Amino acid sequence: MGTADYAVEIRNVTKRFPGVIASNGVNFAVRRGEIHALLGENGAGKSTLMNMLTGLIRPDSGDILIDGKKVALRSPADAISLGIGMVHQHFRLVETFTVAENITLGMPTPRFRLDMDPIEQEVQEFSAKFGLEVNPKARIWQLSVGEQQRVEIIKMLYRGVNVLILDEPTAVLTPMEVKELFQVMRRMAASGKTLIFISHKLDEVMEISDRVTVLRAGKDVFTAETASTTKRELASKMVGRELKPPPPRPRGTFGAPVLELEGLQALGDRGEVALKGLSLSVLAGEIHGIAGVAGNGQRELAECITGLRKTLAGRVVINGKDYTNRHPRAIIEAGVSHIPEDRLGMGLAANLPLTENAIMKNYREDEMGPGAVIDRKRATQWTRDLVSRFQVKAPTLRTPVRLLSGGNSQKLLLARETTHDHNVVVAVHPTRGLDVGATEAVHQVLLAQRSAGIGILLISEDLEELLSLCDRISVIFEGRIVGSVERENVDIDEIGMMMAGIDPAGEGAGPVEAGV
Amino acid sequence: MKLVFEKRDPVPMSYRVVSPVLAVLLAFLLGTVFLTASGFSPMKVYAAMFSGAFGDWYGISETIVTAIPLMLCGLAVALSAKMLLWNVGAEGQFHMGAWGAAAVALSMPDAPAWQVLPLMVLAGVAAGAAWALLAAVPRAFVGVSETITTLMLNYVAIYWIEYLVHGPWRDPKSLNFPLSAPFSDAARLPMFGYTRIHWGLIFAIVAAIAIDLALGRTKWGYEVKIIGESPRAARYAGMSIERNIIITMAISGALAGLAGMAEVSAIAGRMTRQLSPGYGYSAIIVAWLGKLNPYGVLLVSILFGGLLVGGYSAQFLGVSAASVNMLQGLMLFCVLATEALGRYKVRLVPTGAKGASQGGHGEGEAEANG
Amino acid sequence: MGESNMLVSILAAAVSSGTPILFAALGELITETAGVMNIGVEGMMLVGAVAGFLASVRTGNLLLGVLAALLAGGLLALLHAFMCIALKVNQIVSGLALTLFGTGISGYLGKSMIGVPLPNHFRSVPLPALSRLPVLGPVLFNHDVLVYLSFVLVPAVWYLFYRTRPGLHLRAVGESPETADALGVNVFRTRYVSVVVGGMLAGLGGAYLSLAYAPSWIENMTAGRGWIAVALVIFAVWNPLRALAGAYLFGGVEAMGFRIQALGLRVPSFFLKMMPYIFTIVVLTVITASSSKQSSRAPQGLGRPYERE
Repeated sequence: MGTADYAVEIRNVTKRFPGVIASNGVNFAVRRGEIHALLGENGAGKSTLMNMLTGLIRPDSGDILIDGKKVALRSPADAISLGIGMVHQHFRLVETFTVAENITLGMPTPRFRLDMDPIEQEVQEFSAKFGLEVNPKARIWQLSVGEQQRVEIIKMLYRGVNVLILDEPTAVLTPMEVKELFQVMRRMAASGKTLIFISHKLDEVMEISDRVTVLRAGKDVFTAETASTTKRELASKMVGRELKPPPPRPRGTFGAPVLELEGLQALGDRGEVALKGLSLSVLAGEIHGIAGVAGNGQRELAECITGLRKTLAGRVVINGKDYTNRHPRAIIEAGVSHIPEDRLGMGLAANLPLTENAIMKNYREDEMGPGAVIDRKRATQWTRDLVSRFQVKAPTLRTPVRLLSGGNSQKLLLARETTHDHNVVVAVHPTRGLDVGATEAVHQVLLAQRSAGIGILLISEDLEELLSLCDRISVIFEGRIVGSVERENVDIDEIGMMMAGIDPAGEGAGPVEAGV
Repeated sequence: MKLVFEKRDPVPMSYRVVSPVLAVLLAFLLGTVFLTASGFSPMKVYAAMFSGAFGDWYGISETIVTAIPLMLCGLAVALSAKMLLWNVGAEGQFHMGAWGAAAVALSMPDAPAWQVLPLMVLAGVAAGAAWALLAAVPRAFVGVSETITTLMLNYVAIYWIEYLVHGPWRDPKSLNFPLSAPFSDAARLPMFGYTRIHWGLIFAIVAAIAIDLALGRTKWGYEVKIIGESPRAARYAGMSIERNIIITMAISGALAGLAGMAEVSAIAGRMTRQLSPGYGYSAIIVAWLGKLNPYGVLLVSILFGGLLVGGYSAQFLGVSAASVNMLQGLMLFCVLATEALGRYKVRLVPTGAKGASQGGHGEGEAEANG
Repeated sequence: MGESNMLVSILAAAVSSGTPILFAALGELITETAGVMNIGVEGMMLVGAVAGFLASVRTGNLLLGVLAALLAGGLLALLHAFMCIALKVNQIVSGLALTLFGTGISGYLGKSMIGVPLPNHFRSVPLPALSRLPVLGPVLFNHDVLVYLSFVLVPAVWYLFYRTRPGLHLRAVGESPETADALGVNVFRTRYVSVVVGGMLAGLGGAYLSLAYAPSWIENMTAGRGWIAVALVIFAVWNPLRALAGAYLFGGVEAMGFRIQALGLRVPSFFLKMMPYIFTIVVLTVITASSSKQSSRAPQGLGRPYERE
C-alpha cells in the first residue's frame, strides 16, 4: 500500500521527557476512512503520540505525514488547519459559553460583528447530518457529559477536520451513550472521515474498529485487522504477558460496620444535586468497592465522608458515632484515612518536601513533638521510616514531592494514610495514571490493610481492579447506590447494566430514571 | 547562535541567594536611566546617597533608626504573605498602633515609665491587631479580598489620626500645627547612647527570632506553611484555614502596630500626621526582597533605611524625594523578574538546531532530518 | 425646591466624581475579563494624571495631554503584562509593584508641576436640547467631553464583549485559555492587548482628575480611587453596565461628603472623607457574602498565568 493511501502516517518518531522515553521509534499509519483503534495501558505512550499529532508537543526525531506529505505541527490550530482534530478526555470547552459560541470560537469569520443566528443554524445542520443532537443555544455547564462530547465532535467537524482522534471517549459515558457514540462514529467513517479511537477497553475496540495498533512502553508492538485478531491476543500484546483471572480467595473475616452512610444528600460544585439519598456501609476487614461512570457522585461521596463537603441531609456514622458535617479534623481523629482523587492538588502539598508531607496527618500528636512544638528530628525519622517501609524512591527527604513520579508520590500518600491511627480508608481512584508496578504496590497495601481489619471504601472506575480486590461491589448511578453484589456471585453484565442505570432485576426494563 | 530558555526545577539554592542582590543592582542600574534623563549625574547622586546613609556613624545610626519601623512592618507583611494573605494595610495598622500608644501616653502624663511603657506597647499591639482583624474577619468568613480592604483601611486610619491632631488632641500650645501635646519623658522609649537608635530595634530582632522559630518549629507554623502552599491540602489535613487567617493577620497587625508605637514613642514623642513616609508600603517590597525570611527582612530593612536616609542627602542635589519611592518600586519589579528568570536555564544554541522555536513552518524539522 | 436642587447637584457631582473611577474600572474590567489581574490601577492612574498634566502644560493642548495619559498608563500596564504574561510572576505582587512604582515615578515627574496652573482645562459643554431636560439635563448632559466619552465607552465595551468576535475571544481567553489556544486564538496577544488597553483607560481616569475634575497636579491625587476601581469590578460582576452604576454610586458617596458640609451639618470633614473607603469595604463584604457563588462568575482563568503543555 502506498504512502498516499494513508491519511496519517507516523514514521519512527521518538520523544523524550526528562527521565522517560515516551515514544521510542514509533511507527503508526491510519488509512483513509477507517476507524483505527490505538490500544495501550496507561503510560504506554498513547497520549504523547496523539499530542504530537495535534501539535501540542513536537517529536525529538521522526516524521509525521498527512496525506503523504511531511508536516511540522506547532499548535493544535496548525493541526486543525491540516484537517486533524482531537476530542480530549477532558473537554476543551468554555463552560459559560453557549454551544454555538464554543463552536465558532477561534474561527476567522465573521471577522468583527458576531451574529449568532446563522452560526446556530449551521450547528443544527451539522448535528442533524451526523446524528449529534444538541441545542446550540444551551450553555455548556447545563449539558450532560455525553452532550458535551457531542459539542466537541461538532466543533471539529465544523472546522472541516478529516481525521478525528477520540481519546478514551467512552470512559465518561454510560453503555447507552456509548452505543449512540458508536453509531455516530460509523456514520462519520461512512462519510469518509478517518477516526483514531484511543481506548484500553478490549470489547469496544473489537466492536468498533477496522484495524488496531497496540502500544506498549513507548513502542508500537502490534498492528492488525481487528477481524483477524482476538481479545486475548490484544490483551497479551498490551500487557506483554497473558492475563490471568484473579485467583479465588477465602472469604474474609468481617467485623462490625466501621462506616455507615444513611440517605446522604449533597450538592456538587455547580450547585446541582450530586448525591440523592445515598446509603451504604463498610465492615471492618472488608473492601467495599464503588463502581460507576465518573461524575455520578463519587467525588462528592468521598468528600461528604471526610467532612470536606457539606451534607444537606442524611447521616455519616463512623464507628457507631454520628460525624455528619463535622470538621475534617474530627473525622481524621475518628480514624478515617483518605486517599483523594487529586493526589498532588489535595492529598499532598506539591511544592513542599517529603517530610512536610509525611507528617500532615499526625503533626498534631505528641509523637511529632510535645505541645505546640514540632520536633524536626522526630519528623525526619518518621519520614525516613515511611519511605523505607513503602519503598518510595526519592533523591532526598528535602525533595519537593512534585518532582517524584506518580507512583512514588502515591506510595508516600498511601504510606502516610495507612500508618497513622485509623480503621477506615476511603480511597478514590488510587491507581489512576500509575504504571503496572506502582498499581500492584497500591493493591498490595490495600489488601494488607484489609487483613489488618481495616474497613476500606474503594471508589474506582476500573472494573478489573474492583473485581480483583473487593469483597463487595456497589454501583453508584446519579447519586444513589443502585445495587450491590458480593464477591462470590459477581456478574459483570449485571454490574454493567447497573452502571447504565438499568435495573437488572427488571431484565432491561429501561433506565431507572429518564434523561441519562 | 541564539538564546534558548529551558526550564529548570528546582531552582538552585545559590541562585535563590544571589537573585535579590542581582535585583537591587538592576534597579540601581535602571535608576541611572531616569536620573540621566532628568539631567542628574547618577554617580554623583548615588555617591551622595551612599555617604549620607553609610558614610559616617551618624548616617549609619540614622539608617538603623529608619530601618526599625521597616523591620517590624516588613515582618508583618512577610508573615501574612507566608499564608498568601496580602496585607497592604501595614501603613494603617502602624498608624493605629501609634494612636493606641499615644492614647495611653496622653492619658497618663504622670505615670512612671515602668507603668506607661508596657501599657503603650500593649495598646499599640492591640490597636494594630484590631485594625488588621477588620480585614481578616471578612476575609476568613466571607472571602472578601484582603488586599482591597486592608488598603482602604489605611485611608480610614490616616483620616482618623488627622481628625485627632486637628481636633480633640490638638495641643493649644502648638501654634495651630496639627500636633498633640508632647508625651511625658516616661512615655518615651529609651535610646542607645547618643544615637536615636531605640528599643524598637530590640523589638524587631526579638520578633524576627520568634517568627523564625514559630514558623519552623511549631505546629502553628507548620499549618501556616501548608496553608500557604496548598489551601486544599490544608483543609484535607484537617486544618482550620479561617482560624489561621485570623491568627496570622492579628499577629501581622500587631507587629505593624508595635512599629507605630515605637515610632511615636521614641522618635516623635507626640502624635502627628508625619509619622511615616510610607513605611507600610515600603514594607511590602522589604518583605519580598527579603524572600519572606525574617532575617532577610531585617537585612533588607537596613538597605531600605539607607535608601531613605540617602534620599534626604540626595535632595540637596535637587533630586526629588519621590525618586526613592520610584527606586523602591523598580526593585520589586526587578526581584520578581530575577526570580522568574531563575526558573530558566539560558543556553546558547547554534541556529537551526532542534528545540529552537523560531523559523518558518516546517523548514527547521525537514532540514534537520534531510 | 431647594431640596430638589440639592439632589440634582449631588447627582451631577456623583457623575463627575464617578467618572475617573469609571474609566479605571472599565479598564480593569477589560484586563480581568482576559484573565489578568492588575491591582496596580492606582499607580497607572497617577502616572496618567501626571503625564496628562505635564503634556497639557508644556503644549497647552488638552488633547495632547489626554494622549500622553493614555500612553503613560499603557506603558506601565505593558510592564505589568510582561511580568505576568511572559515571566508569569505573581500578579498580585506585580500589581503592588506597579502601584508603588507608579506612585514614585508620578511624584518624581510631577515635582516641578506642583502649584503650576493649567492653561486651560476641560470645561462643561452643555449638550444642546438634552441639557435642558428637567433633572436629567443638569445631571447627565452638562459635563465636559470626557464624561460624554465615558457614556459612549460603556455600551461600546459591552457591545465589544457580547456582540463581536474579538470580544468572544477576549472572554474565552479569560475563561479558559487552554480552550482558546487549542482553537487558534492567540492567548498571549489577546492578554497583552487587553492589559495595555486597561492601563490606557486607567491613565485616562487619572487624566480626568488632573485635567478636568481638579485641574492641578497634587502628589497622590488619586487618593485610593484606583483601589476603589478594583473593588468596583468585583461589585460589577465583570459587567460593564453594572460598572457604570457602581461608579456613580461611589461618586455619589464622595459627592455627598462635600454637600453635607455645605448643608452646615457639624460632621468633621475627616469623617466625610473616610466615607468612600468604608463604603467600599462594606459593599465588597455584602456583595461577596450575599452571593457565595459569585466567585464562579469571575473569569475562571483570572490570575492564572497561561502556560502551554
